[in-house]
Amino acid sequence: MEQFLINPDCMVYDNHPVTLTGEPFHYCPGCGHGVIHKVLMEVVRDLGIQEEVIGVAPVGCSVFAYHYMNVDMQEAAHGRASAVATAIKRVRPQNYVFSYQGDGDLAAIGTAETIHTVNRGENILMVFVNNAIYGMTGGQMAPTSLIGMKTATSPYGRDAASMGNPIKITELLAQLPGAYYVARHAVHTPNAVRKLTKAFKNAFEYQKLNRGTCFIEVVSNCPSGWKMSPVQSIDWIEKNMLPMFPLGDIKVPDPKTGDPVMVKNN
Amino acid sequence: MKTEEIIIAGFGGQGVLSMGQMLAYSALIDNKETSWMPSYGPEMRGGTANCVVIVSDSRISSPLVSKYDTAIILNQPSMEKFEKAVKPGGSLFYEESTIIQPPMRTDINIYRISALREAERLNKKQVANMVMLGAFLEVKPIVQFESILAALKKVLPERHHHLIPINEQALLKGKEIISEYLKEPV
Amino acid sequence: MEKQELKGKEIKLMKGNEALAEAAIRAGLDAYFGYPITPQSEVMEYLTENIPLRRGLVLQAESEVASINMVYGAAGAGARVMTSSSSPGMSLMQEGISYIASAQLPCLLVNVMRGGPGLGTIQPSQGDYFQAVKGGGHGDYKLFTLAPSTVQEMVDFVFEGFKMAEKYRVPAMLLADGALGQMMEKVELPAEGQFPHVIPDWATTGKKEGRKQNVITSLFIQPEKMEQINLDLQAKYKAMEIEVKSESINTEDADLILVAFGLVARICMKAAELAREKGIKVGVIRPITLFPFPTEVLNTTADRVKKFLVVEMNAGQMVEDVRLSINGKADVQFYGRMGGMIPNPEEILTKLESMMK
Repeated sequence: MEQFLINPDCMVYDNHPVTLTGEPFHYCPGCGHGVIHKVLMEVVRDLGIQEEVIGVAPVGCSVFAYHYMNVDMQEAAHGRASAVATAIKRVRPQNYVFSYQGDGDLAAIGTAETIHTVNRGENILMVFVNNAIYGMTGGQMAPTSLIGMKTATSPYGRDAASMGNPIKITELLAQLPGAYYVARHAVHTPNAVRKLTKAFKNAFEYQKLNRGTCFIEVVSNCPSGWKMSPVQSIDWIEKNMLPMFPLGDIKVPDPKTGDPVMVKNN
Repeated sequence: MKTEEIIIAGFGGQGVLSMGQMLAYSALIDNKETSWMPSYGPEMRGGTANCVVIVSDSRISSPLVSKYDTAIILNQPSMEKFEKAVKPGGSLFYEESTIIQPPMRTDINIYRISALREAERLNKKQVANMVMLGAFLEVKPIVQFESILAALKKVLPERHHHLIPINEQALLKGKEIISEYLKEPV
Repeated sequence: MEKQELKGKEIKLMKGNEALAEAAIRAGLDAYFGYPITPQSEVMEYLTENIPLRRGLVLQAESEVASINMVYGAAGAGARVMTSSSSPGMSLMQEGISYIASAQLPCLLVNVMRGGPGLGTIQPSQGDYFQAVKGGGHGDYKLFTLAPSTVQEMVDFVFEGFKMAEKYRVPAMLLADGALGQMMEKVELPAEGQFPHVIPDWATTGKKEGRKQNVITSLFIQPEKMEQINLDLQAKYKAMEIEVKSESINTEDADLILVAFGLVARICMKAAELAREKGIKVGVIRPITLFPFPTEVLNTTADRVKKFLVVEMNAGQMVEDVRLSINGKADVQFYGRMGGMIPNPEEILTKLESMMK
């Protein structure tokens, strides 16, 4: 009777789809990356586009994304995933192209590439995983670390005056005319996962329209870097991350015209 | 002719570089070897500009040389720099109104050309460079005159092609005045 | 550029930078990514004007850093791809080039060198020899490096560069200088469409049913694997030695050999002519490939000739490889100009005369 312990509707994990290689994730217990990988690849499977997808992996915890995602992939230099993805899409416009980056990669070292890729309206999906910390290098301050947040390089807490403010790059990018679909999601609850699934699906479908860049931020956690248990980290997302990084659509295509419009209250 | 090494020097805007390009294009049309090496960079904008053109019957080794068979000089700073760079027995053509201190050497052939005055008589002072070029080619016909006319079409941007006749006139004027100049007792 | 038919061949008078760009289109370039920098901006200007009317794509990136990573992406997706820049821009690209070398992606890189260090000058230089032939970025890798000395070679080496890059799956470097980029010469252009490109089976083109996923990466985190990759790369660089090219002019009877690459080699040829007029028997050896380096020809020439003069537009870079090649068999001296200054034949002659005293 074990299967009834979990309500099937709440299942975010079933046997791995063909779009995952089956290699066990190396991520820390409770980390959001595994769920995000899974959701992204389930969408690729459900849309039947595995043969057409080319992904770009970042430098950061998800540097080995290509070990898990069973699609053609390129590993980019730190910060340059969107430049690499730009070129792939330009020379292979018939393919679906996505990049997958963390906050340091996308919003610190790669800011120039990020902004210009979206500004050119490259017809790619950019997945931005924001866990407010540098996980791979051992928990240093990220561009999105919250004010007061203690990290290896802000041991007394992030101080805005000397260390700058957490950057809301998603809102910033939504302003650019090249951005077609911009949304912020999370993976800390089954409901959030379902919404993210839908968002990824939308993004790949929009890519066929050649209307511009789809940008999806996923607010995630880093129990190891945050020095918390996975459960505590979920709570911390709710209490601290979401007030700073509210979830929802930021820019969406108008259902009538198809033109991208900013969503109110964002 | 075996090899003719030419420096053309003046201010940016006097058509120094395009004169050189016309020579190079003409040499190409005449099926000769040629190279055109410009000075480049910010100095082009209002400052001094020059180009080295080599026309030869055989493969050109260095496109840059420091001694020239011919110098065509259109301003005083260039005169100071390049008068001494003309090979003994070589030629120096200069535009008279732009030069304060005329060349002093006695071991080279010096041609003073009133190119600007002639260009002004044609109501187009921009073609002074063509008067200079016409004069040079009359003394040293290293390329065929028809080739120079054909090269005009290549060097002048299409929007300036209506100026081809006036440029031709200026070239012919240069040939004409040098012929008279050569008749004058020195 | 206007064209003219001469004996059935297409002959044009072109600037080095434009000839290079035209050659790239004719070589079947799929994509160019770049960022403007003097003295080679004409390359992208020419491509942006001509590619839309012909074939391929050109994209002005936000920086050299983005450009080189776009080259990585496009090459990884199987395209015939290139970028061009000048010294400071090339420095910015070095990280990406290291990744490209490690991921074993073919592409053509063009450095139209200018004087440095720093922002330096826009005048010609050969100050990036070490950067080009010794790797340039981090780690042990090499670029197949070609040094054109004429505008014609700016054309020919585009084809040669792509050919070598694709044959060995290495980045190829065309190492020119500002003067070569800006000067005009007669060039003979090969017809378009004679250099077909097949998308390699390792490229990321979408994981087709029945084949494993293709991954382009330079990350091999296990030391054993990383060492093996290094060994493979070194074996490849060794195998590339058969592609070495150099030109020897009047070396048979020479008492002194000038060694120079690129434009400087032509200035040396002129200096050698002047020397012979004065009765000094001077020959010239011009390395055409800088990596692989023409060690053999230098070494054998040194069996007979005991004086060598290396001339460069830098503080003495290739001279180190010449000395290694000659390995003490002959006296190797150096004459260089820096910072955008170009040596003239007469000053080289003066140095030659002092060596023959």
